[in-house]
Amino acid sequence: MGEGYFVGLDSGATTTKAVIIDAAKGILGSFVKKTGADLEGSATEAFEEALKRAGLLRGEIESIAATGFGRKSVPFAQERVTEISCHSRGCYHYFPEEITVIDIGGQDNKIIRLDEEGRRVGFKINRKCAAGTGAFLEEMAHRLDIPLDDLDGLARRSNNAAEIGSYCTVFTATEVLDRIRRGEKVEEIVKGLFVSVVKRVLEMGALSGRVIMTGGVVAFNPIVAELLKLRSGKEVEIAPHPQEMGAFGAALFALERAQTRAVQRGGSL
Amino acid sequence: MSKKGLRRKEIKAARDLKRVMSDYYYRMDRISRGEEEGKIAWCTSVGPAELLRAFGFEVHYPENHSAILGATRVAMDCIPLANAIGYSPEICSYLTSDVGSYLKGETPLSRLYPGIESPPKPDLLAYNTNQCRDVQEWFEFYGREFDVPVVGINTPRALVEVREVDIASVVGQLKAMIPTLEEVSGEKFDIDRFKESLRLSRRCSELWGEVLGLAKHLPSPWTFFDGTIHMGPAVCLRGTQEAIDYYEILKPELKERIESGVAAVDGERFRLYWEGMPIWGKLRDLSEQFSELWACVVVSTYCNSWIFSAFDEKKPFESMAQAYTEIFINRAERVKEAYIEKMVREYQVDGIIFHDSKTCPNNSNARYGMPQRLEKRLGLPCLVIDADLNDLRCYSEEQTRTNIEAFVEQLAQTKP
Repeated sequence: MGEGYFVGLDSGATTTKAVIIDAAKGILGSFVKKTGADLEGSATEAFEEALKRAGLLRGEIESIAATGFGRKSVPFAQERVTEISCHSRGCYHYFPEEITVIDIGGQDNKIIRLDEEGRRVGFKINRKCAAGTGAFLEEMAHRLDIPLDDLDGLARRSNNAAEIGSYCTVFTATEVLDRIRRGEKVEEIVKGLFVSVVKRVLEMGALSGRVIMTGGVVAFNPIVAELLKLRSGKEVEIAPHPQEMGAFGAALFALERAQTRAVQRGGSL
Repeated sequence: MSKKGLRRKEIKAARDLKRVMSDYYYRMDRISRGEEEGKIAWCTSVGPAELLRAFGFEVHYPENHSAILGATRVAMDCIPLANAIGYSPEICSYLTSDVGSYLKGETPLSRLYPGIESPPKPDLLAYNTNQCRDVQEWFEFYGREFDVPVVGINTPRALVEVREVDIASVVGQLKAMIPTLEEVSGEKFDIDRFKESLRLSRRCSELWGEVLGLAKHLPSPWTFFDGTIHMGPAVCLRGTQEAIDYYEILKPELKERIESGVAAVDGERFRLYWEGMPIWGKLRDLSEQFSELWACVVVSTYCNSWIFSAFDEKKPFESMAQAYTEIFINRAERVKEAYIEKMVREYQVDGIIFHDSKTCPNNSNARYGMPQRLEKRLGLPCLVIDADLNDLRCYSEEQTRTNIEAFVEQLAQTKP
């Protein structure tokens, strides 16, 4: 295997992730930061921080692939690939078999089905609204005046989950406050919010093969994977570095396309 | 996939199209102002146009006006006005755009055709619910506003087969219109004039079908996005010689493109079927995105919907009833599916995009599992995008763009 370092940048609506790998596909460094309104600035910062952690200089990077909502706002990337392909590629690296990838991000959910060869058989991005995404949980945490990071721990304290009726984020907020007014336990309500997220996922499509979850929501709230397992009856696992999976997959694309170019030129990396 | 430079390829016949549509709108405007003899009937897009023309009516199609409202992106200023008087944002956004535009007293026709201040005033409104229920409510609104007669056909819907009893019902309703048409037009029903109108309409629809069929060629000389513009005469002027003349200009130009090896999308790699309504306010953006991805939308349900093979002047009423009842939008799921499958084979399609229009359930065919069944049976990837014909509040641009890009990435797996 030759040398060279490759970068994947996932410019998401909520967070920007950078992952640096070597030609053996080992992760050397990574970084996550909030995207904010400056997509290019956030991508640059995430990239530079990942470089520091990898102990590399910018000039040592062979190729950069960008993915995510802001992939076209990363001018220093050589490749652009949708996050559907990147999450797929990244997960297949760790699970080279028939899998269903469920990515729950800040503003959208995706279900992606791969066959045993890693080819995409189908995918679906969530319909029209943020119910069942990180944005939903952020809004609920805000309404309940609970830190976002505390939600998972709080939900685990309850055996029961409130069955939230609405699928609209705004309506759910009203429903949640109404339940509190009626004296229902916050832990049960919070668990019910996670069940809501799971329900939105189950409405999107069938799950086949091994179910692998990625994305920031499941990285910080692993209870979502447990609830999905309970509600679907399927084996559900959380992928390694779930929040950075899109960036990792993008880095793999950067590597593979650079290798293809090298072969076409008659050389190798 | 890397970005490629876009080269917009003009269709020369577009100049003739402009002239034909301009003459049409100006003629109606003169009639409407009383500067020229004539009567105006408003008709639904698959309504009884040929019968109206047989009484000498010039025919205005509010749906065409609505498509213009959508394409010029002024629909969003109009829809809320209709919402405010009680027309829900959940119903047909053609209806709410058009009614909103009427309430506002403004129309993009003024910009396209200087001197025209409003759509032509109707002397009569004629609908057919073969396409949906909304058109009836839409025309009833104008019937009240303009205090003019509203006549209509309520067609038996979602048919597996078009039965004799269905034809008999529609024929009866067509004939029942005649006294009102005679009264408003001031002319007696003339069966020969009706037959001639049908003959002209069939010839127009044959030509339109031949034009669309040219896209079976690999690569295709044009795209669905071209089709949505050049279908104007087939919709608004069928039953006239002008429509025939126009397609006899367009067809040779497209044939010449084929002979010269000119493709609408350079390096065409992926051939797609568009199922559902156009997203009128985003035609150019979508056209460019597909072109950048080497994808050509070669066939659609929408453009194919103005091919009326059943017209037969020997059986004028029965054949007209047949033609307007057997249309795709009025059929059961399994009939629609079989039709799409046939088109997929004839046009060598690689994938199907279903546009689910929020406000147009009748033209949204992803709601009863059809994409899933087609994917399984044909082994063909299907994508569902959520948008609307005119109401861009229902359109998430970023999600749609990502969906389309990811879909083409998937097609590239098997067609590198």
